[in-house]
Amino acid sequence: MARAVTTRRKTITTIVAWAIGILIFFPILWTILTSFKTEAEAIADPPSFLFFNWTLENYTLVQERSNYFRFLMNSVILSVGSTLLGIIIAVPAAWAMAFVPGRRTKDVLLWMLSTKMLPAVGVLFPIVLIARTLNIYDSYILLIMVLMLINLPIIVWMLYTYFREIPGEILEAARMDGAGMREEILHVLTPMALPGIASTVLLNIILAWNEAFWTLNLTTVKAAPLTAFIASYSSPEGLFYAKLSAASTMAIAPILILGWFSQKQLVRGLTFGAVK
Amino acid sequence: MTAETRALMGACAVAAFAATGALAQDTTITIATVNNGDMIRMQGLTDEFTAEHPDIAVEWVTLEENVLRQRVTTDISTSGGQFDVMTIGTYEVPIWGAQGWLQPLDDMPDDWDADDLLPAIRGGLTVDGTLYAAPFYGESSMVMYRTDLMEAAGLEMPDAPTWDFIKEAAAAMTDTDNEVYGICLRGKAGWGENMAFLTAMSNSFGARWFDEDWAPQFDTEAWANTVNFYLDLMNNYGPPGAANNGFNENLALFQQGKCGMWIDATVAASFVTNPADSTVADSVGFALAPDNGLGKRGNWLWAWSLAVPAGTDAEEAAKTFVAWATSKGYTELVAETEGWANVPPGTRQSLYDNPAYQEAAPFAAMTLESINAADPTNPTVDPVPYTGVQFVAIPEFQGLGTQVGQEFSAALAGQQSAEEALESAQALAEEEMEAAGYR
Repeated sequence: MARAVTTRRKTITTIVAWAIGILIFFPILWTILTSFKTEAEAIADPPSFLFFNWTLENYTLVQERSNYFRFLMNSVILSVGSTLLGIIIAVPAAWAMAFVPGRRTKDVLLWMLSTKMLPAVGVLFPIVLIARTLNIYDSYILLIMVLMLINLPIIVWMLYTYFREIPGEILEAARMDGAGMREEILHVLTPMALPGIASTVLLNIILAWNEAFWTLNLTTVKAAPLTAFIASYSSPEGLFYAKLSAASTMAIAPILILGWFSQKQLVRGLTFGAVK
Repeated sequence: MTAETRALMGACAVAAFAATGALAQDTTITIATVNNGDMIRMQGLTDEFTAEHPDIAVEWVTLEENVLRQRVTTDISTSGGQFDVMTIGTYEVPIWGAQGWLQPLDDMPDDWDADDLLPAIRGGLTVDGTLYAAPFYGESSMVMYRTDLMEAAGLEMPDAPTWDFIKEAAAAMTDTDNEVYGICLRGKAGWGENMAFLTAMSNSFGARWFDEDWAPQFDTEAWANTVNFYLDLMNNYGPPGAANNGFNENLALFQQGKCGMWIDATVAASFVTNPADSTVADSVGFALAPDNGLGKRGNWLWAWSLAVPAGTDAEEAAKTFVAWATSKGYTELVAETEGWANVPPGTRQSLYDNPAYQEAAPFAAMTLESINAADPTNPTVDPVPYTGVQFVAIPEFQGLGTQVGQEFSAALAGQQSAEEALESAQALAEEEMEAAGYR
């Protein structure tokens, strides 16, 4: 039963939500503003919020110095590639766990998640050595595999949660009509779970886009994505905050836009299954 | 064999030939470097190099210093072969050179003139008489101070001040109501952050990290004096929140006119005297890092250098690049395109003998004197088993230095006393040295 919500309460909730939203967005907004300042204005104390000499100089310099579009293309290839590969592997896995659970399914799910608790640097050397032996260092295939593997537990978990919402009877009915396992997953389950799959894809593209440990350590030139692009503008000896901010803004802009347009699916995906 | 298999094999063969052809035409070298002004300038001049050497193509990988260090360390220790030239510092060169991870640079061309390199810098990059890296730019640390505030305080900065004078001047210049602090020093934890400063400072107080048997020395009076003096200076005359300040934060404070004195890298001199960024550009003076009359000054020595890893498959091309970028000719090229004030400093005597450079860089003499005052092979008052002025050139130092740095940073933030910080530092160092098998 829906509870009556008073106007006052609604106002308070709205204000709190906006306050939290602005608080979380402020660092990003500040980065964007700084990217339009000169280096001297970027460190000015007290800082100026809007009334400074807006300049595009930093963007020009960044574009002159690095090939932004090459990094951007690499980011797109790695994040989309790893997510799609992950989905192909995770759909059958999540199907098995949701519809034909065994005695240890819950343990397997938890074990999968536990791999996320391992500090990444702990397996850096083994992976570097494998990459060297297979001669795939600094290649798309290596990065796509690694990014897929680190995000796979999340993909399986999310899909598992969505699949559990789908009544098993529908799949049974499909089987009665003579559908094999392949048809059942491809033609019955997948279309029904499409909104869930879509939000899983979106979230994992964002996670892969932002991944900065492996993409920095396993790439040199050919496969380096935007994380390497940002890292090249951070300097311990010299104040290049405005240029760093311009590089950061260019790196986050595509994903920010994607997130903005898909926020409905994202929110739905993240809260799906939370309320029973 | 089916038609498809034949076609596939044919395609592979063509691809293989094409790949060999491409290799024969061109050698591509990949250079890993940091995002410091001098390196960015070098990157900008790549075309000049490729014009002279059309058979060599150059790819740049620019990374933040700590990321770069992690990246090249992984690469070199696994013979990954991803980089043909690496930008590394005086900390890595002695360790990696001794490990056989770097190509010796004994066979540089004659006109490269190794004897022109500053002896202190050259010594820091040499292992058992062999040079393993070519210095690109060198730096020491010195006192940068506001001449106007000094004058107003009725004091005169000597060329070689003592720590007591620094304290007296800091007290006289501090004006907290106007947000002017007598002294700005590093407080941010890290082996290359606050520990670079404190280790160099401790040398002038007669302290050392280890005795000749690798026994940690944080329980000595010399270290207690160092840390207490530092905390006293910073707590009374330093800016608020100093425990978070590194080079960049202090540079920003100094440029905004909020520091009376700042003891840090000599490379900062060109930033604080640049009127485009600094509000105090016309009133900055320089002096040697302070001492206590014990024969060692509190200044460090660092050289960002270019080295060729042992695992490279383009050794000749890599060495050609290193020789070009660290030559006298490169200095002249930068002077022509960007002006003498922007040439990479601190590596060659010939630069400091050049009147054009002396005129363009008012801080040149002090930089040279600071670099010459540091001796990485004999850094402390009492003898030590290690090299390095502001670091200990052993692989364990990165981790240990940062942990000890966290203790001193916490003491500066007021979370613990100097005694507690020193006790923890001693315990950490003892544990590490025992675990690593030094004792």
